[in-house]
Amino acid sequence: MKYYDKLIFECSKEGRCGYSLPKNAFPAAGELPQALRRQAPLDLPQVSEPDVVRHYTNLSQMNFGVDTGFYPLGSCTMKYNPKINEEMAALQGFAGLHPLMPARLTEGACKVYEEMDKALAAITGMYKFTLAPCAGAHGELTGLMLMRQYHINRGDLNRTKVIVPDSAHGTNPASAAVCGLEVVEVKSLENGRIDVEALKPLLGPDIAGIMMTNPNTLGLFETEIKTIAALVHEAGGLLYYDGANMNPLMGVVRPGDMGFDIMHLNLHKTFSTPHGGGGPGSGPVGVAQKLVDCLPSIRVSAFHGNFGVILRAYAYILSLGQEHLRKVGEYAVLSANYIKESLKDVYKLPIEGVCKHEFVFDGLINDGAHDDVPGATTLDVAKRLLDYGFHAPTIYFPLLFHQALMIEPTETESKETIDAFIDVMRKIAAEAAQDPNILHEAPHNTPISRPDETTAARNPILKYQEN
Amino acid sequence: MSKIIEGLKYSESHEWVKVEGNIAYIGVTDFAQKEMGDITYVDMPEEGDDVIAGEEFGALESVKASSELISPVSGTVVLVNGELEDAPEKVNEDAYGAWIIKVEMSLPSELDALMDAAGYKANIGE
Amino acid sequence: MLDKIGVKKLDDLYSDVPAEFLHKGAYALPPAMSEQEIRDYFASLEAMNAKLKVFVGAGAYDHYTPSVIPYLCARSEFLTAYTPYQCEISQGTLRYIFEYQSLICMLTGLDVSNASLYDGPTAAAEAMKMAIACTRKKTRVLLSKGLLPQVIEVVETYARFHGVEIGYVPVADGQTSAEGLKAELAKDDVAGVIVPSVNRYGIVEDHTGFADAIHAEKGLLIEYCDPSALAVVKTPGEWDADIAIGDGQPLGLPLCYGGPYVGFMAVKKDHMRKMPGRIVGQTVDKEGRRVFVLTLQAREQHIKREKATSNICSNESLMALWVTIYLSLMGPEGLKEVNRLSCDGAHYLYSELLKTGQFEEVFPGKPFLKEFVLKPKQPKLQERLEKAGFFAALPTEEGYVSFCVTEKRTKAEIDALVKAVMEG
Repeated sequence: MKYYDKLIFECSKEGRCGYSLPKNAFPAAGELPQALRRQAPLDLPQVSEPDVVRHYTNLSQMNFGVDTGFYPLGSCTMKYNPKINEEMAALQGFAGLHPLMPARLTEGACKVYEEMDKALAAITGMYKFTLAPCAGAHGELTGLMLMRQYHINRGDLNRTKVIVPDSAHGTNPASAAVCGLEVVEVKSLENGRIDVEALKPLLGPDIAGIMMTNPNTLGLFETEIKTIAALVHEAGGLLYYDGANMNPLMGVVRPGDMGFDIMHLNLHKTFSTPHGGGGPGSGPVGVAQKLVDCLPSIRVSAFHGNFGVILRAYAYILSLGQEHLRKVGEYAVLSANYIKESLKDVYKLPIEGVCKHEFVFDGLINDGAHDDVPGATTLDVAKRLLDYGFHAPTIYFPLLFHQALMIEPTETESKETIDAFIDVMRKIAAEAAQDPNILHEAPHNTPISRPDETTAARNPILKYQEN
Repeated sequence: MSKIIEGLKYSESHEWVKVEGNIAYIGVTDFAQKEMGDITYVDMPEEGDDVIAGEEFGALESVKASSELISPVSGTVVLVNGELEDAPEKVNEDAYGAWIIKVEMSLPSELDALMDAAGYKANIGE
Repeated sequence: MLDKIGVKKLDDLYSDVPAEFLHKGAYALPPAMSEQEIRDYFASLEAMNAKLKVFVGAGAYDHYTPSVIPYLCARSEFLTAYTPYQCEISQGTLRYIFEYQSLICMLTGLDVSNASLYDGPTAAAEAMKMAIACTRKKTRVLLSKGLLPQVIEVVETYARFHGVEIGYVPVADGQTSAEGLKAELAKDDVAGVIVPSVNRYGIVEDHTGFADAIHAEKGLLIEYCDPSALAVVKTPGEWDADIAIGDGQPLGLPLCYGGPYVGFMAVKKDHMRKMPGRIVGQTVDKEGRRVFVLTLQAREQHIKREKATSNICSNESLMALWVTIYLSLMGPEGLKEVNRLSCDGAHYLYSELLKTGQFEEVFPGKPFLKEFVLKPKQPKLQERLEKAGFFAALPTEEGYVSFCVTEKRTKAEIDALVKAVMEG
């Protein structure tokens, strides 16, 4: 990776163009009335095709992706993205379909939807899926809308609160608020699981349901799930499953069997579609049979959701088939436990025991603090990893630990890659013990060094300004 | 050790109040600004808004955090410190000079529930 | 690996899961397919879809995609990257998002753009929530009946759960009624009004006086736009709008049966901190070099949790790159030419269709660009045109049929469509 400084606007030269359009074969239509016409000049860049290709190729070379190296990014499930899926999504017979074409013209696309619905239902134990939501958070919001709609349809109008564990993803409470639900937090026990005793008094006729991740954000299986499901259902509430952590359960456990009534999946996590630098994703929502009637009244996206992403995920499911599904879950869990056990003598492991697809360290055991030199923090470890060619883990989440470092390897990394990562993590721990300043100053080998984020937030420059 | 000024009133949520007759100037303590780190934005109410003791009237933001501002008294905002809009760092530089809102109090007896300098010092354990 | 963990077999890794929840038996999935089998199967699915010439828009437009775009967007450094939290190894993503934000500001004439949203309708729903957050205490948002049906439905869905009351501004003579707007504003409590720049009938709307009337009631004017058309029509900035939203799909994104597309949002500077979504900003690194970071994050869900204005986490980053490369290639002249070709083609089709005698004009003399509606005299026109190889004459709720022409449609194709209409 090398530093490259240009913006496309700085490649612009008046009169250049990078387009090729057909000759105009039509008689000229009249001009728009003056009052409806754009007055301001249109200052788009003027660049040739080779300029555009070079510029974006140079930009790409300042990026790290799954194809570049290992991403031990907790809660994000950065697995390898098979290339056949890209090709299938680009097929002209899919890419050229207009979304308002009636079903009689789109039988192939409709078949993809039907089969995808069935496959996801089989994998999760839910009854039916909607594929309309465009991302995980979008699915979460859709799921909560369904939760409320269910109660409304039964004439039970006072269920305005939703229970969220203190270890939950930040999106959970935010989605609840957008959906008009009040968030009630339930505490975790010392062992990282939901405190069932603390949950009991929260349950009542005002509770719409509970949002859970299982395994939770610490990578721990909620062992009391059966009791929790019984309690919530008894109180008239529903159980929502945040599918961000579905990967370790692939082929082993189905959320529907554990008593969940609504769930979303992140196709860009569990089902291997590429993250694209932050999207497009897809967040299908599955429901139990009793909620099927609620589906038609909720419209959350322009047409049928991110079809292109669904195609990729479906190709992935077909490549796994029923015989390889279980390997996904098992190998993801195997890799995570292996890393955990290989590093817990140098990084603080707050909760012992078998984890699922991810786990959380609470910083270094020896951070190297001495005299006036502060110890190496989780941020420092993360930045130092970049120097060694690895992406950083998720840091400072969950909020239960001050120096949280959340590692998720996924099933697609080889033992050699995982061992190399372990070696580097140990090396960094040794560096910290010796001289934490090496870590404070990291990264050293990336295209840029640490940015001044305070100035960026105090005096925001959010668009190109000519000097 | 953070700075604490005699003669001001203090709240549990680290706001200070400077009382001038029926008027209260409200800001955050030196302890609070240190906890926050570099403040990047002060979210303030509008003049004419009502504030209620114990309820949120704005927020302090840093790069990676947001912290609510809780009003120690009830009343009407008569002035907001416009200087902080472009220079939120003033809260870091001089927490007791950088008042955030000026409030005409509706219930000055609420001041009695607040701490004095010594009480606040004990409260933050310094 | 198992030894290191201290377990004997893989199953032991699930020893904490109650036995009753461990799935027994096979999953109801097809057997695994090889690459070749997947390829063959998808080819068979693809072949089940009709291949028609598209003469419909209604929120998804068949504009041309220059080959440079998929070529560059397929670069794995863009495609397989995560959200750019680790800015030291994500300058590529951060730079193109900064460029995207700049381009959206140029098109809309507004001050600040976010890094993109899911699609046009959800951008409208986010704008609705934002209007409520900006104006505080107010609870009502008005929608023009001229907005696309899918925009209205998605906003209504969000509003129902978010506790926002929706009011409607009627359409009169093919455009959002100024009188209707005033009547609704008089009912008080209006936080914002969403109006289409080009409406569901393809008509370019005149919003003279809208901003003043709405601002007098301390509400926000929100313009829903076709970003391609903004090269030629009056911009949200020029209408004095507070927020511009829309779908970036017309900027060269494939139709792809409805997604992935990309929602955009730009706002006046005053409302910057209430804007949902990610935002990229410029700063310097320790060596003083110009670098880019995610900024103003204190607005977002991972920090504000239930107090955030929006729950959105991601953007549609790769589609924002798609749009950015499209606008770079087209430049000012190319984008205007796309509008010119589409507009001339659409007007040609309009006059040729009228000549057939099988349609009545619905909004004679109203200005349109690439899309228009007519009233058909014969039923089942869409089905008949399908048989001739066209997806055209989409029926609307009002009993009209809608047509759209982009620069991809040739004169020969239009003539063939008209011939098919005549042959009934």
